[in-house]
Amino acid sequence: MILLPCPWCGPRDASEFGHVGETPPRPDPDTVTPAQWRAYLYLRPNSRGWVAETWYHRMGCRRFIKVERHTDTNETRQASQRGPAARAGAGA
Amino acid sequence: MGEQRGGAMRLTPQPGEVIDRSATIDFSWNGRPFTGFAGDTIASALAAAGERVFSRSLKYHRPRGLLTASYHDPGCMVQVGDEPNVRGAHRLVSAGAAVTSQNTWPSLRLDLKAVNQFAAPVLTAGFYYKTFMRPRFAWPLYEAVLRRFVNGGRVSRDTPPSRQAKRFAHPDVLVAGGGPAGMAAALAAARAGASVLLVEEELHLGGHLRWGDEADLAALANLGAQVAAEPRIEVLTDAVVLGRYDGNWIAVLERRGDLGGAEAERLVKARAKTLVVAPGLIERPYVFAGNDLPGVMLSTAVRRLINLYAVKPGERAVVLSANPEGDAAVADLKRAGIQVLRVEDARLGGDIVMAAGRAGVRSVTVADGSQISCDLLVIAAGWTAPTSLLNMAGAVPAYSPRAARFLPDFAGLPPEVLATGGLAGDGSLDELTGHASAAGAEAARRAERVGRAWRQAMPGNRAAAVPAEGGAGSTDPSDDAKVLPDLPVDSHPELFAGRTNGFVDFSEDVTAKDLRAAVAEGFDSAELAKRFTTATMGPLQGKLESVNAAAVVADAIGTSIAETGTTTWRPPYVPVSLGALAGPAFEPVRYSPMQPWHEAHGAVPLQAGAWIRPDHYGDPAAEARNVRERVGLIDVTPIGKLDLRGPDVANLLNLLYVNKWSKLEIGRVRYGVMCAEDGVVLDDGVTGRLGEDHYLMSTTSSGAGAIWEWLENWLQTERPGWVVHVTPVTTAYASMNVAGPHTRTLMERVTEGVDLSNEAFPYMHVRTGRIAGVDDCVLWRIGFTGELSYELHVPASFGLHVWETLLDVGADLGAAAFGVEAQRILRLEKGHFIVGQDTDGLTKGFSAGLDWAIKLDKADFAGKPELAWQHEDASGPRLVGLQPTDGSVVPAEASLIMVGDHIAGRVTSSRMSPTLGRSVCLAQVEARLAEPGTEVTVRLPTGRLITALVTPDLAHVDPDGGRMRV
Repeated sequence: MILLPCPWCGPRDASEFGHVGETPPRPDPDTVTPAQWRAYLYLRPNSRGWVAETWYHRMGCRRFIKVERHTDTNETRQASQRGPAARAGAGA
Repeated sequence: MGEQRGGAMRLTPQPGEVIDRSATIDFSWNGRPFTGFAGDTIASALAAAGERVFSRSLKYHRPRGLLTASYHDPGCMVQVGDEPNVRGAHRLVSAGAAVTSQNTWPSLRLDLKAVNQFAAPVLTAGFYYKTFMRPRFAWPLYEAVLRRFVNGGRVSRDTPPSRQAKRFAHPDVLVAGGGPAGMAAALAAARAGASVLLVEEELHLGGHLRWGDEADLAALANLGAQVAAEPRIEVLTDAVVLGRYDGNWIAVLERRGDLGGAEAERLVKARAKTLVVAPGLIERPYVFAGNDLPGVMLSTAVRRLINLYAVKPGERAVVLSANPEGDAAVADLKRAGIQVLRVEDARLGGDIVMAAGRAGVRSVTVADGSQISCDLLVIAAGWTAPTSLLNMAGAVPAYSPRAARFLPDFAGLPPEVLATGGLAGDGSLDELTGHASAAGAEAARRAERVGRAWRQAMPGNRAAAVPAEGGAGSTDPSDDAKVLPDLPVDSHPELFAGRTNGFVDFSEDVTAKDLRAAVAEGFDSAELAKRFTTATMGPLQGKLESVNAAAVVADAIGTSIAETGTTTWRPPYVPVSLGALAGPAFEPVRYSPMQPWHEAHGAVPLQAGAWIRPDHYGDPAAEARNVRERVGLIDVTPIGKLDLRGPDVANLLNLLYVNKWSKLEIGRVRYGVMCAEDGVVLDDGVTGRLGEDHYLMSTTSSGAGAIWEWLENWLQTERPGWVVHVTPVTTAYASMNVAGPHTRTLMERVTEGVDLSNEAFPYMHVRTGRIAGVDDCVLWRIGFTGELSYELHVPASFGLHVWETLLDVGADLGAAAFGVEAQRILRLEKGHFIVGQDTDGLTKGFSAGLDWAIKLDKADFAGKPELAWQHEDASGPRLVGLQPTDGSVVPAEASLIMVGDHIAGRVTSSRMSPTLGRSVCLAQVEARLAEPGTEVTVRLPTGRLITALVTPDLAHVDPDGGRMRV
């Protein structure tokens, strides 16, 4: 139902994809504390607005793609390199 | 009028009637024969014959008749043959149909369950939270009795299931609603070049024009002819838009008699570029005592009956009119020869106080106190806007006290959704169709932009994209978006709840008093009062009741309707059968190439995910013994296989396995375990190095797809600079395991190009060669069963040939097939754990007996932090071998290990060992019980307690592994 902008295949229905979700940067395993590691595993900001998240085009090109999705309206757009908040004129 | 052909209440031909008087249709109603005309609905044919009572209500079993005479009529749900809950005022009569009333006993007329009316004080809303609670032992009795009072039809188990294949549609513009506004919008969109899907829930296009005056009928004919002549419009009648989802993905329910069964339904999944919502308005009942009596009808009901079906709804009428449609109903009544005894004009202070009667309305008390005897009370109290599609698009409507209804929030709609027609405002027919034409043209314009945006998002087109800054090349539907002119909004008196207590929800038997009682008990919001009383939770889902409910609740709380609001409108808009949602069942099954041999030799099938595997061939214990004593063959094709090539494969293996892979030489094979980032055991398998940069990885069968994705995830997102090509070859190879003391003898007879001696081809090595004449086979020596064995990966199309050759050539050696069950026994004897059987979703690496494998001195690997911490505090259970003291007892898997009353673990695998003649187990136990020699207590499912000893090794047979290394 949600249309995801796959950079390889064009706009495709979300049912072709697996939802991986927000993927924060992986902490350094040598210096991370248990609390930080588990935050990386389990905690997500879950903010209202544009979030960057990963989807896997399981029934398509089989690439892991990053898209930006507005968690209120489920609008989607191609991910920008600098992240969702950095875009000029980004909606609320 | 005298006895008319077609029923006592049938009128002379009406200009807009939809019946065909030349074609009669015989059917039965509660066992009595009736006749209708082609085009009659069940309700109109029965009403023509003078029937007034069609059903009994849910709780109180009050007699009910026609209220709206449309699909949404709550008083007219009937059973047609084996089909329950048929909307009698929408379904056409069919020849020979056996129509019966629902949930009435012994008959519709004399329904003994109407005793509920006397129990009314006990059966108020929410009664089931309070009554029939004690004594608890009587619950089965209460349930048995209450079940008989549920107002549903009868379902027959003999009805063949109907599962229609779904249809996919991609219209530029989807127009929801086929009244004059919908038709005008569709025409304008089509003429602007858009493909249009026009969806109408009634059997004909036209909306309210169909029961209108001469001018309405002329306009209907005009619009209808234009729509029929327009090739870009596809019309679906008797079809309903169920819901609007993200990206204008729209579900449409199509009812198609030609698809089989009386009412076969099909789901149409439509992705529309733009959606025009033009559902018109739904007439709303008025709340007063007796408002549910047969003979109390809304103005649209009488106009439908008179004009569409030529049926007289009564003889002597009182009318409450608050709007021009009510006045038009008065004209229709007079034209049909009905005596209009009184018209209460709500705009001038008129009102209905109450209606009285038993099986139907007999008298009505009006505002000035006079009581008028009549058999028909017509109510034109106002309109409800069915805004659900707009709500689903994110625009919450706002209540307008001036219009006495909710109006769309146009600003809140996404650019791809437009609203027009009566939903959007009032005005003359020309004003409404003018607005709709503008909406249709605008919808087509925006659809073009959406289409352009989709095409430009295709790879290969992006380089040629025209900059999107408005104008003809724009891809943004909201660029230069035309704001449609506002429609006028007429003022309308607010008529919701009258002076006496009446029904708000006819389907759920909820009165205004029930709602006020709910508020008094603290359920003081629309959402809470709804859930407590079940108002709006019936088959109509609020279409007739939610605004009246909001008005009563608002009044009881002391706020306004605008502040109270209505409850959330959710899909589906109307009920949809499970068969339509399911569609035909597609259940793919995966077979190995050796499946024909398995079937021919009596294999008992085992379903493993989508695979069918041979569980055994009659005697799994004998199969296992044959492996230990002679030689056996098992088909292990479902094992996941991944071909890995590239300079960074060893890095990938080091990253994903817990053990070390940098020094794996060409020709060697190693067992590896993967843990997830939470340290939990994810998968295990064997990986062999076939060349400098070429490896073959195997995974568990059930993990084949998941591990492929796991590898790709790491390569694509965490290590995009690495060069590794991953090719899934699970089904490219047929895989089989040849195991037992005679294996080498057998393999030497069929293998070319490989020195099979133990010195040249030791345990845990891999070779490629020709087997049974087939090139490019991979052989590796591994030992899941604990015997000398070779796992062969044969190009799949030759799998059956190699399998049969091995069995044939090895016949004198005792070669025989063994199945999954025998393999389970053999591996358990050897203490080899199975991921997901002996481990679960919480089992971290050190709880799976993997201390020897986990190399915490590696720089980094998946799960390292958690494994390091687990190792530090030695936390978590341990995997151990268990030997029940009484070897004849085979504890059921998942039997608990108890220390007193405390659960200290469980048996994870358990079998009778044919090799040892006694039971063997694996178990997860608390660390304090894991010391070899510890005696533990096992609680069998029967409650019986037995003892078992923790073995020194996980393996019960050949713990040193000598048999594998010969």
